[in-house]
Amino acid sequence: MREISYRQALNEALNEELVRDQTVFIAGEDVAIYGGAYGVTADLWKKYGDERVKDTPISESAIVGVGLGAALTGMRPVVEIMYIDFIPLALEQINNQAAKIRYMFGGKCTVPLTIRTEGGAGRTLGAHHSQSLESWLIHIPGLKVVMPATPYDAKGLLKSSIRDNNPVVFIEHKMLYNSKGPVPEEEYLIPIGQADIKRQGRDVTVITYSRMVLFSLQAAATLEKEGVSVEVVDLRTLLPMDIDTIVASVRKTHRVLIVEEDCKTGGTGAEIGMLIMEHAFDELDAPVKRLAGADVPMPKSPVLEKLAIPDPERICQAIREVLQ
Amino acid sequence: MAVDKQLALKLLKQMMEIRQFEDKIMELLARNIAEGGSHLYAGMEAVAVGAISVLRPDDYITSTHRGHGHAIAKDGDLKALMAEILGKKTGVCKGKGGSLHLADVSKGNLGANGVVGGSIGMATGAALSVKMRKTNQVVVCFFGDGATNQGIFYESLNIAALWKLPVVYVCENNFYGMSVSVKRASAVEDLSRKALAFDMPAETVNGMDVLAVREAVGRRVEEARNQFQPSLVVANTYRYYGHSRSDPRVYRTREEEKFWKERDPIPNFASRMIEQGVLIEQEVTELEEQVRQSIEEATRYAIDSPWPEPEELYTDLYA
Repeated sequence: MREISYRQALNEALNEELVRDQTVFIAGEDVAIYGGAYGVTADLWKKYGDERVKDTPISESAIVGVGLGAALTGMRPVVEIMYIDFIPLALEQINNQAAKIRYMFGGKCTVPLTIRTEGGAGRTLGAHHSQSLESWLIHIPGLKVVMPATPYDAKGLLKSSIRDNNPVVFIEHKMLYNSKGPVPEEEYLIPIGQADIKRQGRDVTVITYSRMVLFSLQAAATLEKEGVSVEVVDLRTLLPMDIDTIVASVRKTHRVLIVEEDCKTGGTGAEIGMLIMEHAFDELDAPVKRLAGADVPMPKSPVLEKLAIPDPERICQAIREVLQ
Repeated sequence: MAVDKQLALKLLKQMMEIRQFEDKIMELLARNIAEGGSHLYAGMEAVAVGAISVLRPDDYITSTHRGHGHAIAKDGDLKALMAEILGKKTGVCKGKGGSLHLADVSKGNLGANGVVGGSIGMATGAALSVKMRKTNQVVVCFFGDGATNQGIFYESLNIAALWKLPVVYVCENNFYGMSVSVKRASAVEDLSRKALAFDMPAETVNGMDVLAVREAVGRRVEEARNQFQPSLVVANTYRYYGHSRSDPRVYRTREEEKFWKERDPIPNFASRMIEQGVLIEQEVTELEEQVRQSIEEATRYAIDSPWPEPEELYTDLYA
């Protein structure tokens, strides 16, 4: 199978959905002429013009609001918030409006709106361009939250997100855009809400998502040499969370490490840990452990930034602790 | 502006429906039959009725936290609206929205909103959708004076002017954002000037005069429909009740309230129509009685309606 980058996989997904459905359009900051801050929408403006690939003013709240209004009235917008750090500017529209409107209206409308954004640390961009704010978003009933780790998942899940009749926040990772992986030429979809076991193992389960999937797989390969068999569960979708796959893996290994890039306190891992307590406590042979981002604003210094998020070495160490 | 009998009766009837609906809600709140709160539109009827009277059935509106008037004027069903405000199963949103979220997308009402300015972006997006789908529809976006101090107001008007979207922003200036007067909240008292930043046409109209609102919004709606020209219409008006039922109205004088009540949009319009020979007094009296009966029917329907079943808690979340 051919190998393409995460960036190209996303670009193909957007292009294919623009071809397939005339109600799909793209809007966001620098998405047209520039092709997106990270190049995801490259060349789409040349093909589809201003009508369907729209540069917007720097107005995050209105970008989501306009997308919502269009989604309510027959269009299928894909809007981009350049950095997840700018999501707070649009959070009123996401939390109070887009996510709740269907329920508030008694189910008498649909909101086929995709909000693409990008997060995570790794480029030493400091505290306003490196955050992982997904736990804020999974606290919003009515939303779906998708965070793919591989080019294959990115493409299949973005296409599903665009076709979904609910508001989806699709969170990419800035350090994954250049990563490559197999992606078939022919069309495929990946259902929202399904985790994927990226590596089968017997001794311990690592539950993770986005870039931390890659780090966890590296840690698993290292530990294999020590005779430890690590299972890596890639959640892929955080809301709704695939509790069945999590529980099945816990039943198999009886030990769990959660690896997340977001700040530990009130983070996604807290939710995963409690779900395990509720659904699989009796299966556990050891307390669930979390390896998470530090509870600090992301520092600029490359040295400090590396310390602020998990890395393969510390994942190995945490797994060894879970196994003790 | 010539008005025939049919139109005069329609405008008068809608304004009476809104007034009596709101008076009834106040009564239900006082008797604790309606729980929670409601922001009432009484006094402001000419704005919703005048503006919406120029729209096609398939045109869109977005509404506000003070949204009962818009919902009624946009062909809302009195029974379903009243039931919604009580949180009943038969409500227009199945009892899940309530006063702050009255909506009926099938009738082009994209909803009231619990957040000041919360629907201005949505209205702008609906106008973009209209333009892309080439359906020749128009969007009328209602909001209050307070919303013109929100960021999304400026973000949205900029986009509408930049992209030439068919939307008319109707600012219902009732001079108070809850308790704070426009003078104390806005550096510019003439709110229409806020459109200057976007080179957007704007005007101020007497919001107590249904025909004046109808004329101004009608003209702006045609510009939006035919030339994709967005605009801002500021309708000066007054809310008779406080912001909510717990509001003692200490921030305004009884003299000021009297000044505005003397300009009440309903009796003033009725007597004008009688003077001009469009209506006779008996027709007005009969209409008032007819409206009274329909409000009573809606109230009885809402009170007698069942509550939502417990299973409804988790339905309608996802499509």
